[in-house]
Amino acid sequence: MSAPHVPSRAPAAAVLPERGPDPVTVTLSVNGADHTFDIEPRVSLLDALRERLAMTGAKKGCDQGTCGACTVWVDGRRVLACLTLAIACEGREVTTVEGLAEGDELHAMQSAFIEQDAFQCGYCTPGQIMSAVALLNEGHAADDAEIREWMSGNICRCAAYPHIRAAIRTVRDRTT
Amino acid sequence: MTTTLAIGQPTNRVDGRHKVTGGAHYSADMLLGSMAYAVLVGARVPSGRITGIDTDEARQAGGVLAILTHENLPRIAAQPPLIPSLAGMPAPGQTFFPLQDEVVHYAGQPVAVVVADTLERAQHAGALLRVSYEETPSVTTIDQGREEAYEPEAIFAGFVPGRNTRGDVDAGLAQADVRIDATYTFAANNHNPIEPSATTAAWDGDQLTLHDATQGVAATQLTVAALLGLTPSKVRVLSHYVGGSFGCKAMIWAHPALAALAARRVGRPVRLALTREQMFTSVGHREEQEQRITLGADKEGRLTALRHHKLSPTSHFDDWAEPSLGVASQIYACKNYEGIYRLIRANTMTPTFMRAPGEASGMFALESTMDDLAHQLGIDPVELRLRNYSDTDPNTGNPWSSSGLRECYQRGAERFGWQRRNPEPRSHRDGNRLIGYGMATAGYPVYGPNNPQRARARLYADGTAVVQAATPDFGTGVATVMTQVTADALGLPVERCRFEGGDTTLPTIAAAVGSSGAGMISAAVHTAASNLRDQLIAQAVTDTQSPLHGADPGAVTVRDGRMMLRDAPETGESYGDLLHRNFLPDVEAAGSWSPSPQSTRYGMMTFGAQFAEVAVDPDLGVARVRRMVGAFAPGRVLNAKTARSQLMGGMLWGLGQALLEANFMDPRRGRWVASSLGDYLVPVNADAPEVEIDLIEVADDVVNPLGVKGVGEVGQVGAAAAIANAIHHATGRRIRKLPITIEDLL
Amino acid sequence: MRPISYSRASAVADAVAAVAADPTSDFLAGGTTEVDLLRQNVLLPRRLVDINDLPLTQIEDRPDGGLYIGALARMSEVAEAPAVRERFPMVAQALVLGASAQLRNMASMGGNMMQRVRCGYFRDATSLCNKRDPGSGCSALDGFNRGHAVLGVSEHCIATHPSDVAVPLMALDARIHTEGPHGRQVYAIDDFFLLPGDTPHLEHPLAHGELVVGIEVPGLRMARDSRYLKVRDRESYEFALASVAAAVTMEDGVIRDVRLALGGVATKPWRARRAEEILRGAPAGTETFRRAAREELSAARSTPLNAFKTELAQRTMIRVLETLTSPESRPDPETPTESPS
Repeated sequence: MSAPHVPSRAPAAAVLPERGPDPVTVTLSVNGADHTFDIEPRVSLLDALRERLAMTGAKKGCDQGTCGACTVWVDGRRVLACLTLAIACEGREVTTVEGLAEGDELHAMQSAFIEQDAFQCGYCTPGQIMSAVALLNEGHAADDAEIREWMSGNICRCAAYPHIRAAIRTVRDRTT
Repeated sequence: MTTTLAIGQPTNRVDGRHKVTGGAHYSADMLLGSMAYAVLVGARVPSGRITGIDTDEARQAGGVLAILTHENLPRIAAQPPLIPSLAGMPAPGQTFFPLQDEVVHYAGQPVAVVVADTLERAQHAGALLRVSYEETPSVTTIDQGREEAYEPEAIFAGFVPGRNTRGDVDAGLAQADVRIDATYTFAANNHNPIEPSATTAAWDGDQLTLHDATQGVAATQLTVAALLGLTPSKVRVLSHYVGGSFGCKAMIWAHPALAALAARRVGRPVRLALTREQMFTSVGHREEQEQRITLGADKEGRLTALRHHKLSPTSHFDDWAEPSLGVASQIYACKNYEGIYRLIRANTMTPTFMRAPGEASGMFALESTMDDLAHQLGIDPVELRLRNYSDTDPNTGNPWSSSGLRECYQRGAERFGWQRRNPEPRSHRDGNRLIGYGMATAGYPVYGPNNPQRARARLYADGTAVVQAATPDFGTGVATVMTQVTADALGLPVERCRFEGGDTTLPTIAAAVGSSGAGMISAAVHTAASNLRDQLIAQAVTDTQSPLHGADPGAVTVRDGRMMLRDAPETGESYGDLLHRNFLPDVEAAGSWSPSPQSTRYGMMTFGAQFAEVAVDPDLGVARVRRMVGAFAPGRVLNAKTARSQLMGGMLWGLGQALLEANFMDPRRGRWVASSLGDYLVPVNADAPEVEIDLIEVADDVVNPLGVKGVGEVGQVGAAAAIANAIHHATGRRIRKLPITIEDLL
Repeated sequence: MRPISYSRASAVADAVAAVAADPTSDFLAGGTTEVDLLRQNVLLPRRLVDINDLPLTQIEDRPDGGLYIGALARMSEVAEAPAVRERFPMVAQALVLGASAQLRNMASMGGNMMQRVRCGYFRDATSLCNKRDPGSGCSALDGFNRGHAVLGVSEHCIATHPSDVAVPLMALDARIHTEGPHGRQVYAIDDFFLLPGDTPHLEHPLAHGELVVGIEVPGLRMARDSRYLKVRDRESYEFALASVAAAVTMEDGVIRDVRLALGGVATKPWRARRAEEILRGAPAGTETFRRAAREELSAARSTPLNAFKTELAQRTMIRVLETLTSPESRPDPETPTESPS
């Protein structure tokens, strides 16, 4: 929501405690484990995961909310990590593609992506998979038309789309 | 006894597990100790000079380590010429290196590099730089520069002459019963792989290591070494995973060298990742273009003349146009031909390869005109193409090394259900939608490298093999396919073979561009692994303790990790037995391959046929593709699964080219109007119909040892024309521009 | 992005007080506009006040059959709510056709009302833009303006309002509830969105620190058969070139009542009042629809590049009206209508 862009340094209201702009200590829960580190409040969830926590599964494709490569879950819902501030995720549970497999056991969607050749370069794949698993949980995979629409927030420039749909169908039909 | 070959099997990608778990590390995923972050700052104006750079505010922002501008960046050692990276030489994308002086040639040209300890701080400091310009008038569009167009001696870095003629095109037109004269316009295109280009650079003394998103690690190595005045041995380039390229990582742009210079300046490893916005101004593009075709034919539809002219803007430094007239000059028998390129000097960077560079646009123009001809003469479009089929390359008269094009037409048409097509436009309906069927021919040249391609194969005593070649895998599946090639050459199960690439310390391979990767790399790998096999057999037959002692090496075959007599398979031994007995932990062989001299006596082309069904809402002008069928004859298919995926991707690129993808210059400002994936539309899942692919394997013993012709680009060629032709069939409207959008169909 | 400070509020009054007292503070809800434009250096707040913990996520029935939707209800939640799907299908359809599933999980309804335009010259902090930098000029007027507005334009700004869901809300006469430094306010939605006129930088009549807390949708029986149709180049994940939200009731082939609003073609969500006037009481039929659409777009002011939108908007209106009034095709609230394909 907008405010006039006044680049002055007006005093802040004392109503709410203010953190930053210098680095502050934040604690993020990612894939069930707490991580405490110092970041500036302007750091996105995506950059915090990638540059501070060395979890580079979520990819930066645009940093503008237009490609879906950074898709992760916050409190179980798929969101774009590039338009999410890391500090705003304190107290929430973040899940990334690194948290999907159970040890060496791949998630069924991961296996299906391999089997159906649902990627080529693999760069959008973590985001596709996080979206695809969420899609099944949301119940939006009833038919191909629905899958197509509800997977359209994840661009695959290699255009593996028909194979991504096939992978999702496979997992859907196995689990329902 | 039959053996299933690994080659051709739909083997799953060997790097699949890494890719689905987030374990695949791309160039911007490298986290090096004490790494700093560099950002490019691009020129706001398209033409003029920098009059001042005020760095005070940026310097005062926290964490800034260095600000590099033309005022303080060392001059480059040398500017290598522009040569396509397949040639294996230094391969700059343009013969201009930024930050050398105050002149601005195009908007987005780097004018500064800002390095800071975090990405956020580098970006912020970059925004605080105050660069002043003296702006001069710019030319950025065809319309602005039409009057100043010139005919270059050669384009495409000198590889393609500016003019190509055969026969007498005027005489051919004079004798024609039907003449069509049509002009086609194309918006500029941007590659937009989802991975933005990125380089992570680290110095260890005078040794430079680059993690670079590239189609060829040697191309990055040689180019950066030349620019920085280093010997190539001091530059190591690693590229294990590349998040798509489509041509924008085929040539080497300024950022890898700038990353290296920045790292040297700050004495720390530096990552320089382009932003999405910078992907529109830093890595080339497919140029805006206008093509005019004049075609003559007799009453039977046989071509008597073809004139094909192209006009497009290039940069101030290079005569570059994608070779749009190439395949279109070769695909049909036509004695009289004239192709001429004309260029306009413009304030853009040098355009570059983009998937099916030239073929995708040139064949749109030709195949749209052929559809027009079929319609005017009342000849079925497939039949028209069969009537113009050429057994030889019309430019040289040489026979094709292999073709398969007729089978492609036939099997594609069958699979598509072409015979259901009523030729009358607007004759198929589904509710309030008009349905159309369209087709087009596909063709893509088989390019070979200019120098030897090398690989190394090593067998360990435990019976596993590693094969190495310095190619990255940017999604083609090369790592997977080369394990299959190795497995067959060594007679090993594919699970016991591994491919290593993406590192300049490995045997040198040219950049995998022009759909040449599978052919040339498989040739090198096959040669290396076959040499290793022959070496092992030679050792066995001379080893008195081997059951194969004294056997004719030619009578020995390999299978399941064993060497054995072909006619008496029980006589033989495993590789492991031979190596253990001789105290050999491993055995290694190198392989080197160059295109055979006899290949110059053939025309070499991958052929295909494209079919598309569209639905058009005539009231709202919305066209959607319902299904696509492609039949291709790519020689030998190394992996049916990955080959299909690449062809499918190419066909869907054709869909994007047909209906979505466009960038335009705002001529007033000399800047691209699209600078995000919200403005430059590429297909999303909902746009992509089901795609059927028929693979027609044709034997070809000319192109390379395994007869591989390549699948990376031919899938796109003709796809846009098939869609446009389907739109004509649906609506009766011939749209001669790309992309075809709503306003064209209202 | 400039350095920013961060505060998190847990009560509406705290959030409002914090932002109202500081002209350099912005609210942060879903972040899909705010963070994007911070990174573009288009928005330059010193501090963000995170309002995501505020208790504003309700979707409640109103006695008149209408709804009250909390400002922090996410687009995805509202689209799924049975009450919305059954009683206001065009709202659910518009939501599902907006953005992507991920963005809909993030974006709040209040934020959607406050989202900024997608004009490329607005988003590029180095271009001239009267909205971003009042008085500097408008690069879009003679720039690349294919996607720009043809209705409600001024010589200072032709940026298209980007919201989908605001279009059916406009048709439904929704009311926007706010809480600000001067207490609670309720705005008729038509008053909530300002035309650019001479002041394109003013998009809403809100005071600084005034927070959208909810959207009231009055009950409207005929909205049960409503429809939202969106036309765009790409099949999904794109803003509209033209869109129409409509609800119609008929009696003996005559239109008894109609609600009609346009998106993608105007500088604000556009209530098609002229068309409604012509349609009300007229016989349903393509001729009537055509006349109404033509009349509504008669005020259009286009450029060579976006002239087609004047025609497209009319055809989209006609299509929706034909669909809603043809006996065989009742809109199915279960499946939001995609652009026709």
